[in-house]
Amino acid sequence: MTFLRHAVLRLIKALTVILSVVIANFFLIRLAPGDPAAIMAGEAGASDPEYVDRLREQFGLNEPLLTQLWLYLKGVVQFDWGYSYRMQVDVLHLIAERIPATLLLMGAAFIFSILLGILFGVLAASARHRPGRGWLDSVIVGISLLLYATPLFWLSLLAILLFSVQLGWLPAYGMETPGTDYAGLERAKDIALHLVLPTISLGSFYMAMYVRLARASVLEVIGMDYIKTARAKGVPWARVLRRHVLRNAMLPVITFSGIQLGQMAGGAVLTETVFGWPGIGRLMFDALLQRDYMLLLGVFLVTSTMVVVFNILTDIIYSFVDPRIGAGGQK
Amino acid sequence: MSAFLRRFLRNRGAVAGFGILMLVVVVAIFAPLLYPTSPWMMVGRPLLVPFSDGQFPFGTDMLGRDIGAGLAYGARVSILISLTSTVVAVVIGVGIGAVAGYYGGVVDDFLMRVTEIFQTVPQLAMAVVLVAIFTPNIYSIVIAISIVSWPPVARLVRGEFLSLREREFIQAATVIGLKPLRIIFGQILPNAMSPIIVTASLMVATAILTESALSFLGLGDRNMMSWGFMIGAARTMLREAPLMSILPGCAILLTVLSINLIGEGLNDALNPQLRKKGGH
Amino acid sequence: MTQTDTILEISGLGVPLPSVGDRSHAITDVSLTLKRGEILCVVGESGSGKSISANTVMGLLPPGMSPDAGSVTFKGRSVLGLGEREMEALRGADISMIFQEPMSALNPTMKVGQQIMEVMEEHNRPADATARQKRMLELLGVVGLPDPESLQHVYPFRLSGGQRQRIVIAMALALEPSILIADEPTTALDVTTQAQILQLIRDIQASMGMAVLFITHDFGVVADIADRVAVMEKGRLVEMGTRDEVLDNPQHPYTRRLLAAVPHGRPRTDPVPKGAPILKVENLTKTYVTAGGFGRARRVVHAVQDVSFSLARGETLGIVGESGSGKSSIGKCLLKLQDIDGGRILFDGSDIAPLSPSAFRPMRRRIQMIFQDPFASLNPRHSIARILTEGPVAHGVPQSRAMDRARELMDLVQLDRSALERYPNEFSGGQRQRIGIARALALDPELIVADESVSALDVSVQAQVLELLDHIQRSTGVSMIFITHDLRVAAQICHNIGVMHQGRLVEYGPPAEILVNPSQEYTRRLIAAIPGRAQPH
Repeated sequence: MTFLRHAVLRLIKALTVILSVVIANFFLIRLAPGDPAAIMAGEAGASDPEYVDRLREQFGLNEPLLTQLWLYLKGVVQFDWGYSYRMQVDVLHLIAERIPATLLLMGAAFIFSILLGILFGVLAASARHRPGRGWLDSVIVGISLLLYATPLFWLSLLAILLFSVQLGWLPAYGMETPGTDYAGLERAKDIALHLVLPTISLGSFYMAMYVRLARASVLEVIGMDYIKTARAKGVPWARVLRRHVLRNAMLPVITFSGIQLGQMAGGAVLTETVFGWPGIGRLMFDALLQRDYMLLLGVFLVTSTMVVVFNILTDIIYSFVDPRIGAGGQK
Repeated sequence: MSAFLRRFLRNRGAVAGFGILMLVVVVAIFAPLLYPTSPWMMVGRPLLVPFSDGQFPFGTDMLGRDIGAGLAYGARVSILISLTSTVVAVVIGVGIGAVAGYYGGVVDDFLMRVTEIFQTVPQLAMAVVLVAIFTPNIYSIVIAISIVSWPPVARLVRGEFLSLREREFIQAATVIGLKPLRIIFGQILPNAMSPIIVTASLMVATAILTESALSFLGLGDRNMMSWGFMIGAARTMLREAPLMSILPGCAILLTVLSINLIGEGLNDALNPQLRKKGGH
Repeated sequence: MTQTDTILEISGLGVPLPSVGDRSHAITDVSLTLKRGEILCVVGESGSGKSISANTVMGLLPPGMSPDAGSVTFKGRSVLGLGEREMEALRGADISMIFQEPMSALNPTMKVGQQIMEVMEEHNRPADATARQKRMLELLGVVGLPDPESLQHVYPFRLSGGQRQRIVIAMALALEPSILIADEPTTALDVTTQAQILQLIRDIQASMGMAVLFITHDFGVVADIADRVAVMEKGRLVEMGTRDEVLDNPQHPYTRRLLAAVPHGRPRTDPVPKGAPILKVENLTKTYVTAGGFGRARRVVHAVQDVSFSLARGETLGIVGESGSGKSSIGKCLLKLQDIDGGRILFDGSDIAPLSPSAFRPMRRRIQMIFQDPFASLNPRHSIARILTEGPVAHGVPQSRAMDRARELMDLVQLDRSALERYPNEFSGGQRQRIGIARALALDPELIVADESVSALDVSVQAQVLELLDHIQRSTGVSMIFITHDLRVAAQICHNIGVMHQGRLVEYGPPAEILVNPSQEYTRRLIAAIPGRAQPH
């Protein structure tokens, strides 16, 4: 029963966080200089006061701020997230259209970064522990330091320069080849090709982070008493590493990945801009530049929900890996 | 102190990083002497390839602006913004983390919830929004970077305080009758300094990356030439003049790398016990 | 059973230390032999090199350390030259090892049954999986764990320290090795648990007939378990002989010093000073609640339940108990380092429990504390002078007077006055503990709470610090509450002793009475568990 209790508490906490983010952003946007209605009118190319008033009326901007907030929140719950005056589309519709691209990119970059990060991190740590293999540790650490210091957008440009411009291997822009009507496997292959460069560009920085984290974590676990116990049992080093070190060393990596996955959404703004990836990051940036505030609020709502969901997922995964926390433990 | 210095100097990476960083700082300080004309001025023929012309060793961009001048003035912006925003973020983070960690309980719960909310929004996205909304200039950039970077400091300081609070010498300070403020500033904070310094050094590096990303997106201060802006401007000419994008990127990479190397060196030098592990 | 042929021979062994410290070698020229079926105790204080010797035999020295002289011969075969593969075949099968810290010696994310079976899988003995399973269940029974069938599926975090040590022992015994190396296997355990584990090792040794290399710092344990004894000091072997030879007729001065330092447990007999009590504790209650998480229940621990006692001016009261008995919680409550959940603490007649931190602060001068860990109780960034004067200055004493007093205190705790300008890391554990005592005395308190203040120290240092505390208490007449797990130590310096068990004060009285004629079953068990008292085999 405690499990249910905690699940409910966790959900309430998550909703509070999302609500706080939305409210904070709502007020933040209102702090921006300029009258939203006048800006909207300006964008539409009209500036007569009557038109501005009508816009104000239409978007509820003449209500008190708190009423506006209340109306907005009420709308959110009823799946009415407002109207993007720039795109002339319903916000929810627009976001729903864009979100699969972002999830695909983030998912690919996440898997790329965490798998390779853990692989190289563990490799480096175990090389450091073996006589004569120290150079491998230095090489991996060196490369991860370099990636860690490389601006994401610049790496994207370099990747385009090398793989698209020079070698012509991979497409540099968009998610699909325009003008084609591929379907099924053909289409999947086309998207996959488009996905390669954005994934590497977005994932590299985070991969470097996971390398460092996994390496440090493995080195710490190697120093634990129970590793000595395992060796005293006569277990060979490779098996000690696999059976005793890995699982325990992954615990901090899992915790960290929950936070990191959310941060990736920030990096996606850059990657999507450079690669013309039709995702939510670019949508946010466009909405921001065009002062399309309803759309911006919607994007915030979605990204913060994503982050919160990722955190809950990592908590659950963690509880399966660490028997001390729960699900895997004896009842 | 000398033991610390000796340990730091033994780390070759850190020493190299320090050398590079000093070079960047010197260029930043003396940029107006090296390039008396504004980096925005069109001074030569456009699109001079770097390393081909004696007068403009780093070449010129599509408007004939000196890339060398841009690099030098860009160093100023990077160093200035990253240092200021880190100082602000560390002050906020230490304040919040110290209060949360020392008092614990409800205060801690509340402050950590707030911190969590700040961490829920992706850092870069939040920085972009803050700068865009408050119109891009050096102040809004510094404020935006500070606002998105304090939460990790607060968490770190809170953790240090929570663990130090349980240490016997802090309990002893309570027992001999010291007041809370004296315990915080005289006893706990000095002992939490090493991780704070290390984190701060890494934050300077991250701040440079964030600043360059902002100006790459066109959200930099319009009066200040920065590396990110140069890459953003050169991007359309990636095919024709790749070096125009590559050079400022290298400047960012080298500066950030050198700061990270220094951070690692500080970490090793400040926590020597982590290096020599083993029984007696 | 008592064959006398040698199974392990260490001769002229030397292991250099990696960094240049005050000593070039961890061990120098160590030679000893272990015979079939005997228990050899290697005794020494911290830094004596006893653990390094054992780890060399196992081939498990920390990275960067390796022997530069001598040889280790197991069953006529040199061990030092063996490759990693051959060492792995030896470890766990022919020579196995148990460790000091049962809490960290088991993999937290692997079920204990699996961890025991791993050693059999690794050596492929028995080759059949069901036979291994059967053997594992059998072993759980052998080491005295209840209900092996369900226990095998449990993760280590659900077990107590004693239970975990039994698991480690089961692992070590699985393949019936010829040698068992036990590196301080009972040091981290409570006395009653220690007695059980020692009994278990003795029984197993008797039934399996293996040789045991038992490393310890405790002569009480030696008296209980050893056939022969080797004494080490600063990396050298200084004395070796049968148990009775070494205990009854020690030859080397270091051995004599160590033996003399073992707490004798002779009760203090002078009468309790008369007068109004300085402290009266009434129905003290403290409860801890730990928060739950995903699938983890909230836990409520009744640390202190309804405890009452009083303390006269000039009296020393010992509070004795095992870990988790609530003895340390009482100390923290008395100093208001934590809030209480019920009861009254009457200090000099007035209840201090309800006072706010700032209202209590002026009174802090009168109640001081001496802490447990000499390495954690002094701020590493402050000079000794600052550590000693900070308290008095905070209570309004002028800096110069506080400084004069600090100099006097250095004399009192037998440290050189020049030490005032130095920093804690320049002192040994015993010296630091003296500084901690001086810090408490600097405020001229009326009551001192000493929480396990000698338990982290080596025996010889422990004896000196204990003597110092006793001397200070008798000469200044300060009242003292002495919290300890060691009944012998408490008996030596306390007028009265209270025994704590599971949060309750179960027995109270003068030490002579408690030691000779305990009224409670638990106290009797505690006394019986004192190492060195049980009848040797």
